[in-house]
Amino acid sequence: MSAVDSQANATDAAPAAALDVRDLEVTFHRRGRDLPVLKGVTLHIEPGEAYGLVGESGCGKTTLAMAALRYLAGNGTVDAGQVLVEGRDVSTLSEEALRKWRGEAVAMVYQDPATALSPAMRIGDQVAEVFRYHEGLKKAEALERARESLRRVALPDPDATLRRYPFELSGGQQQRVVIAMALAVNPHLLVLDEPTTGLDATVEAEILDLIEELRGRIHAAILLITHNLGLVAHLCERVGVLYAGRIVEEGPARELFTDPRHPYTMGLLRCAPRFGMNKTDAALQTIPGTLPALGEPLAGCVYSARCPMAKPVCTRREPDLYAWPSDAGVKGAAEAEAMPPDPVAYSPHHASPVGEAARHARCYFSAQVPEMPQMAPVVGASLEARGASSGDVLEIKAVERTFKDGRKRLTAVHDVSLNLKHGETFGLVGESGSGKTTLAKCVTGLIAADSGTVTFEGKLMRSTAGRRSQDALRAIQMVFQNPDSTLNPAWSTRAILTRSVRKLAGSRSGSVRAKVDKLSADVRVEPRFLLQKPADLSGGQKQRIAIARAFAGDPRLVVCDEPASALDVSVQASILNLLVELQTSESVSYIFISHDLAVVRYISDRIGVMYLAELIEVGSAEEVFNPPHHPYTEALLSSIPKLDFDRRLQRIPLRGAMPSLSEPPTGCRFHTRCHRFLGDLCVQQEPPIQEAVTGHTYKCHIPPDELLAAQLADRPASPVEA
Amino acid sequence: MARLIGRRLLLMVPTLILVSILVFALAEVLPGNLGRSILGPYATQQQVDILNHHLGADKPLYERYAVWAGHFVTGHWGASLQLGTPVFSTVMRALGNSLLLAGFALVIIVPTSILVGVYAGLRRDSLLDRAITISTLSMTVIPEFVSGVILIVVFAVTLHWLPVSAMPPQGAPFVDRFYYLILPAIPLMLLELGYIARMARVGTVQVLAMPYIRTAVLKGLPRHRVIFGHVLRNALVPTVTVIGSQVGWLIGGLVVVEFLFVYPGIGNMMINAAQFHDVPLLEACVLVVAVLYMLSNLIADIVVALLNPRIRMGG
Repeated sequence: MSAVDSQANATDAAPAAALDVRDLEVTFHRRGRDLPVLKGVTLHIEPGEAYGLVGESGCGKTTLAMAALRYLAGNGTVDAGQVLVEGRDVSTLSEEALRKWRGEAVAMVYQDPATALSPAMRIGDQVAEVFRYHEGLKKAEALERARESLRRVALPDPDATLRRYPFELSGGQQQRVVIAMALAVNPHLLVLDEPTTGLDATVEAEILDLIEELRGRIHAAILLITHNLGLVAHLCERVGVLYAGRIVEEGPARELFTDPRHPYTMGLLRCAPRFGMNKTDAALQTIPGTLPALGEPLAGCVYSARCPMAKPVCTRREPDLYAWPSDAGVKGAAEAEAMPPDPVAYSPHHASPVGEAARHARCYFSAQVPEMPQMAPVVGASLEARGASSGDVLEIKAVERTFKDGRKRLTAVHDVSLNLKHGETFGLVGESGSGKTTLAKCVTGLIAADSGTVTFEGKLMRSTAGRRSQDALRAIQMVFQNPDSTLNPAWSTRAILTRSVRKLAGSRSGSVRAKVDKLSADVRVEPRFLLQKPADLSGGQKQRIAIARAFAGDPRLVVCDEPASALDVSVQASILNLLVELQTSESVSYIFISHDLAVVRYISDRIGVMYLAELIEVGSAEEVFNPPHHPYTEALLSSIPKLDFDRRLQRIPLRGAMPSLSEPPTGCRFHTRCHRFLGDLCVQQEPPIQEAVTGHTYKCHIPPDELLAAQLADRPASPVEA
Repeated sequence: MARLIGRRLLLMVPTLILVSILVFALAEVLPGNLGRSILGPYATQQQVDILNHHLGADKPLYERYAVWAGHFVTGHWGASLQLGTPVFSTVMRALGNSLLLAGFALVIIVPTSILVGVYAGLRRDSLLDRAITISTLSMTVIPEFVSGVILIVVFAVTLHWLPVSAMPPQGAPFVDRFYYLILPAIPLMLLELGYIARMARVGTVQVLAMPYIRTAVLKGLPRHRVIFGHVLRNALVPTVTVIGSQVGWLIGGLVVVEFLFVYPGIGNMMINAAQFHDVPLLEACVLVVAVLYMLSNLIADIVVALLNPRIRMGG
């Protein structure tokens, strides 16, 4: 079908699709090689519809968005197919028409708002630009409109914000500005590329609410690109699953997530810890293998190499995007068996969905997907199996740490006391800036506490690592969020591990080699990767090496600071499984820091919640996540976008911004934002530590029974999440 | 911001003291001595010693330094031992000449190199970009004494297009001076153009890859607005720093060029003063150049701060 035909058709029918991508093929050219990124992608989004595109990083999601906006990198070319936006072929637009079209008809919101805003330009000028160049307004009028735009995205004090620079705003405020800019001229298509990744759960929820609320007013179609399935479930009507440049499944969000019909979708859904799941229940499912490298020849179905259900026919010929429910897949398999094998080629006609059905899956065996074999042992790790005992391995008492920022004094950790049992995992949650990492660094001695004590295995620890004994250094280790910055890029992984073994285990040369081999086997890194440098490893492999490094000296306590946050969900699952496994085999205790509450809930035995430098709640993982719990915890929990369609909680908005650490609120530190605010009592008096049940304490004026009653009353739909 | 500037100005004081001590010490280890320089090679050693004693040049180093420093800070820069003229006015005249040469070169270098560099950066990997990158790089590696000699031989001696001397004859109108400065300025331009242009190019290439440029383009801004509003301001930050440090060099470091073109600038004066052991003149020259060097760096940092609100407000 030619472009002319399609445009004619589009105008004949009801309004043209907001976005109509047809058999799109995009190739990147790197060092003389052609690397196909998108291999015949077809999708369309109706006006006003929200479409979610999910998949692991590297599968082509962002490339698709960039192709749709005609903004491919210089080495990327559209080899075939079309992108029609409201019936217009994007590739035919002239430079000037393209410019007008961007910003007026389409707009984009980016993953990292901090880098998406021009650093040296005032917010007002950046937003006003849109009006100046699209509506030809004078500077003063444009600024006036910018003010309205900022008001529309509910930024506090728009006048002051207009004069600010991006670095003066918080991450959530920056993202609001980006959204204000995108929506300034009421586009018909809004592309959201990981709009909440990297933001705190509460901020994420705010942004999500804002997008939902604005959607009702602007009627823009949305293309949401994300790896966060919960986000898609929350916002989108339809979903496409992209794998290695191919749409492998497509359908209405609810049906696709509750009844996936492609093994990859099923795998993605099984990887993420369901909310309320704990490691004692079951190990997390993983997707074996890794995403194929760009340009790697794939035999037949793109997913067959990692698919637990793959059969010979899958590598014989690639399946089409078959309608579901139907027997098209079965027929396709039979046809493929009858035809000569053609494992490498895929032809454009394979790309488009077959038939008009709402759901499609690129699999011969969609019918069997619900019975897809489990990829990991289902048994969980019980406390007993881990050899946990009642003795305390770590005791923190009244730890305090203050930083100086110019003339201000910021107390990052205020009067925190907690204890950690042998073989236990203590999860630490809270928004960024709540003091989690500072506390962890006080434990490891990377930062000296100003006052308070850290007792490890009954011995009082010196405040800085440099003054601690060799044994204490070996026994307390840390795993960081970003393995890229922890592993020396110039060394081979074997050299990195060898050094750690020498330093931490003090082994002699003969046994060092054996120890390095054992460590890498323990973290499931194949020996051939030991010869490579970190840059040649995948993110998951790097984090495995970083974990192996921490375990080189047989530690008794490992502090994990967001160890899986930067990884794809399937990789995250395997890292979490690895940590649980190592805990069982090495009988080690963990302090586990994460902003992902489902992850913390999964891996932790006990959980501590931090707010503004204080530990405001401590208890077993299950108790902390269920009422009665601190109103802040309640708000945090309500803010996570979940995959659950039936038991969706009403989000509890946190009022106002996070107060400054230099001037924390009087009385209860949370009173400025609390939805269960009692009045003067909360403002004037520091709340007592209340005990909900033995071992579960929280810092609030409301007694447990009242709190329980109130919290149950507010969420009748789901009294217990676990 | 004001505090930052104040602190930087205060920091200049210890730096200048250190520089003055260093120059004094270095003049001491140079072969020869003041008496010999004044009396020439045919005087007897006895005559030289007597003169040195008269001039106080045989006193211990620290004593001579203390005397000189005491005079210098109270504004008594004294007279040049070589020329007999007051140091202050002599140095200032030479400085004026040097500033004229440096300013002339800069006025051409800065806009040209930024233009060329930014243009190459915007057209990254194009034929033109490669041509610019290679030609500016090859210009940078030619030392100024080589290019200077070639220029003199070709344009002055052979073709007679430009004068050999860098100074017009006495009584010529001031404008003529620029005509005479063309030849000496070219070697400087060749050196600096390549350096600054490459900085501007790299800065542009880096900024173009930033997500906020994508934002600006996808906002539907016209190309000129993207470049002038978003790219340049951020791309030129490293370039400004480099220009700052090069200005210092252009003013005080032109020893070779001034020598080659027999130009009465401060660089030439420094050489002569050092050879003659004319310490008061040498010290004054060096310190004036040091002050200008530090000031130009400070100005560059202020410009950077003006371009970057984060630095401006953090200071």
